[in-house]
Parts: sequence; C-alpha cells; structure tokens
Amino acid sequence: MIPLSHFLILGAILFSLSVAGIFLNRKNLIIVLMSIELMLLSVNMNFIAFSHYRNDLAGQVFVFFILTVAAAEAAIGLAILVTLFRNRQTINVQDLDELKG
Amino acid sequence: MVLAAVGVITVRNPVHAALFLVLTFFTAAALWLLMEAEFLGIVLVLVYVGAVMVLFLFVVMMLDINVAKMREGFVRLLPLGILVAIVMAVEMLMVVGAKTFRIDPPAPLPLEVSNTKALGSVLYTDYVYAFEIAAVILLVAMIAAISLTLRRRPGTKHQKPSEQIRVKRDDRVRLVKMKTEKRTKDL
Repeated sequence: MIPLSHFLILGAILFSLSVAGIFLNRKNLIIVLMSIELMLLSVNMNFIAFSHYRNDLAGQVFVFFILTVAAAEAAIGLAILVTLFRNRQTINVQDLDELKG
Repeated sequence: MVLAAVGVITVRNPVHAALFLVLTFFTAAALWLLMEAEFLGIVLVLVYVGAVMVLFLFVVMMLDINVAKMREGFVRLLPLGILVAIVMAVEMLMVVGAKTFRIDPPAPLPLEVSNTKALGSVLYTDYVYAFEIAAVILLVAMIAAISLTLRRRPGTKHQKPSEQIRVKRDDRVRLVKMKTEKRTKDL
C-alpha cells in the first residue's frame, strides 16, 4: 500500500525540478512557460492525493478549476509570445527591456 | 515521470522539451487514474496533451529560434539552479515526509461508484458560481488570444460583405444615351 507521503514527495520533487528549470532556461521563454505548467501539475498532484486519501471531492473540483485557469494562462502566454516574436524577432528574456526607465 | 521532467528542463531542443512534457503529463494522468480520479486523468490527457501541448508545439515550430544562443549561460547557471532545487526539495521533503502524512490509502471504492458522476453532482450544485467564473475566464482568454495575434497586413485582399449587399444598381451599371446613327445610303 502506498502511503500518502510518497505522492507528496513526488509532488515536491516535480516542483523543485520546475523551479530549477526556470533558473536554468532563463533565456528561453517557451521553456519557462513549460516549467510553469510542470509546477501546476505538481500542485495538482498534491491536491488529488489529498482528495483521495481524505475521501473529499473538493480537492478534485479545485484541480478542475486549476486546469481551466492553467489552460487560459497557457493560451494567453503563447499569444503574447507570438506577438513579441513578431515585433522583436527574439524571445530572449534579456532582450526585453523596452520598459526600462 | 521524474526523468521525463528532468528531460523537459535540460534538453537542447524546445520540441524535445515539449514532447518530454507530454510524457510527464501522460504519467501524471496514469497516477491520477490509480488514485481514483478518473475524470481528471482523462481530462488531463484530452485537454493538456491534446490541446495545450499541440499549441506549444505549434508556437515552437512557428518561431524559428536560435537554439545555440539560447543556451548561453546554461552551464553558468547550472550550479545555482541545482542548488536552489536541492534546497527546496529537501525542505519540502522534510515537511511532507513527516509521520503525519503516512496515511494508508482508503479502501477502494466499489465498482459502481462513478467518479465523473460524483464530481458533476458536486460541481453543478456547491460550486456553480466558481464554475461560471471559470467559463468567463475561458471566454476572456479566448478573446484575448485572438485579439493579440490578429493582425491586418497591408496588401491582402478582403471581401467586404456589407458593401457587397448595400450596392445599388446605379453603382454598377451605367446607361449610356447616344444617338442612333444615320444609315449610310450607298451600301
């Protein structure tokens, strides 16, 4: 029987990996977006594990809403990315300094 | 799954990163199925793998990126990233590895219990306002994405249906009045 803590450990490892991904691929905006998706996935993993082990359906409802918001976020983020690339021909984070005072 | 996640953040090619992310999502969906969250597992595969990741792949292939230039600073940042990740992981593992969380799983539900039905019955009653807000969020996201990426290029030809419908006979046909010519006699 798998205890709850194993799923929580898996979620924690995934979350740390995605944080490391944001650090490592600071220049590539696409991979930063993917790391954010990974982060949301690890949070969802925790929610579902708790919902299963506590026999409470509210966790799954919350995961449903997180998925909705994450899909919207991905769509808007990619749209911004496309517009950015059209205007600047780059997606390097360090080149995006238009708003520098 | 952890290996696939490592692949997402370390591979050189963004397309490979996206495919690794698909693998991660599939594994997560399998784990969710094991935890009796069947509806959400299937939704994860359908929505994430089917829609969001395809969107990612489209964008990755649409933008031609100089991959080598993007890799600058990877090695320099590698120790820092690994350090931060390890510190965070150790902290979280110390929290969630505690004895409080060593709960054994509940007895498996009988076969006739439908996860989708239970989720739907609680979603449309207790959480109906949140559900409507989620719908509005999706609508806003759709409109925002379309309006951000829509552009009118000069030089492309469009039809204007309103003008086509509004057109009158006089705009198109010009009646020319002219005198009839005299018949030439000698022929």
